[in-house]
Amino acid sequence: MGIISSGFHGKRQTGNPALPPGQYETASFPVLTAGPAPYVATADWEFFIRTEAGERHAWSWDAFMALPQVDIRTDIHCVTSWSKLGTSWRGVSLDTLFEDVETTSDYTTAHSYGGYTTNVPLQDLRDGQAWVAWEFDGEPLERAHGGPARLLVPHLYFWKSAKWINGIELTQDDLPGFWESNGYHIHGDPWREERYS
Amino acid sequence: MSTLWRVADVVSGVPETETSRTIGLRVDGLMGNLAGQHIDIRLTADDGYTAVRSYSVATASMDEIIEITVDELANGEVSPYLVRDLAVGDQLEIRGPVGGWFVWRPTDTNPVQLIAGGSGIVPLMSMIRAHEASENPSPFRLLYSLKSPEAGFYREELLTLGQQSPKLTVDYVYTRSVPQGWPTAPKRLTAETLLANILPPDATPDTFICGQTIFVETVAEWLVESGYPAASIKTERFGGTGGTR
Repeated sequence: MGIISSGFHGKRQTGNPALPPGQYETASFPVLTAGPAPYVATADWEFFIRTEAGERHAWSWDAFMALPQVDIRTDIHCVTSWSKLGTSWRGVSLDTLFEDVETTSDYTTAHSYGGYTTNVPLQDLRDGQAWVAWEFDGEPLERAHGGPARLLVPHLYFWKSAKWINGIELTQDDLPGFWESNGYHIHGDPWREERYS
Repeated sequence: MSTLWRVADVVSGVPETETSRTIGLRVDGLMGNLAGQHIDIRLTADDGYTAVRSYSVATASMDEIIEITVDELANGEVSPYLVRDLAVGDQLEIRGPVGGWFVWRPTDTNPVQLIAGGSGIVPLMSMIRAHEASENPSPFRLLYSLKSPEAGFYREELLTLGQQSPKLTVDYVYTRSVPQGWPTAPKRLTAETLLANILPPDATPDTFICGQTIFVETVAEWLVESGYPAASIKTERFGGTGGTR
């Protein structure tokens, strides 16, 4: 146990087993980005996967919407210590998007409109763990929260769920993305408190 | 390294406003911080319950003592304790300083525009202090949006610097009440007022914006619409998890 602050009692939210260590629950949906939100019209939107061999798979908005859509109910955890429990999303599973992709890579870099990047091991994107989501709480995803579509990798800290997602590049090595180059952890598992590098 | 919890001694506690206080923390072996970085503070209750929050560092010296300024949030869990109850001589735990994005380094060469909403001044004050303490000649300009004169942090220091520093310009916008003799009535910040009080796009400033989410989003949008490159604008939200308050 650390230093005791006498007279400090707190609000006792962290007894909830759904909360990872050091997290507290919030009902709001805070916006945290490094700069202004880019504007991307669905008519101009595209999602790509590029392999280490240079093979490129790409979906227009219409082609993406024609893929099987799934509903996702999940908790999300921000590295700044808030968690939001039981959020509802709709989108396309990365398993669907990776169906015809052949790769020997173990790592990926997610690229966003506006230039943001984040690295995620491929095994964290597969087997029902990650989606490209375009709906939140039954409404189209707001631009401030990453609309038209964002990556959703809820078992990692939420900076990995790249807003304004544009595509995923497969890489042989684990290459630090934007926050990972600015003091944050290379992997970001909230249950292990992988916050900072 | 920076990710380990360390014990900090509370060495000072000075009210900034009616709801905020600047707290000095001394950590053995600490080598200061980059201007704009934050620390995490962990409080532990006597039964082991802990709560962690992030606070921007207001100072920027290579020193064992750093200062944070905490604004009390209504219904906050940690901030009321830090503002009202924590005493000089107490100890708490800190992690950091951390962050490599929303920072200003004395080797940066562009002019700098700082835009603060309320308590969002804290990391920007760190940048101003680092800039003043350095040989860096780049012009700094601060636009400080406040509800009222009484809500301002670091009032004396900013007043003095604004009058005396050859490389810092300070402008204020008041949204609810103005100082005596102020030339304009209080009003909401508009794009027009904003643009009239900041470095123009052709000065190619690096811009740092910090405040509540809605303030930061709005100001960043206006800047992009007015021709400031998005890549030159860095933003940070402040004052709890915000958004609905």
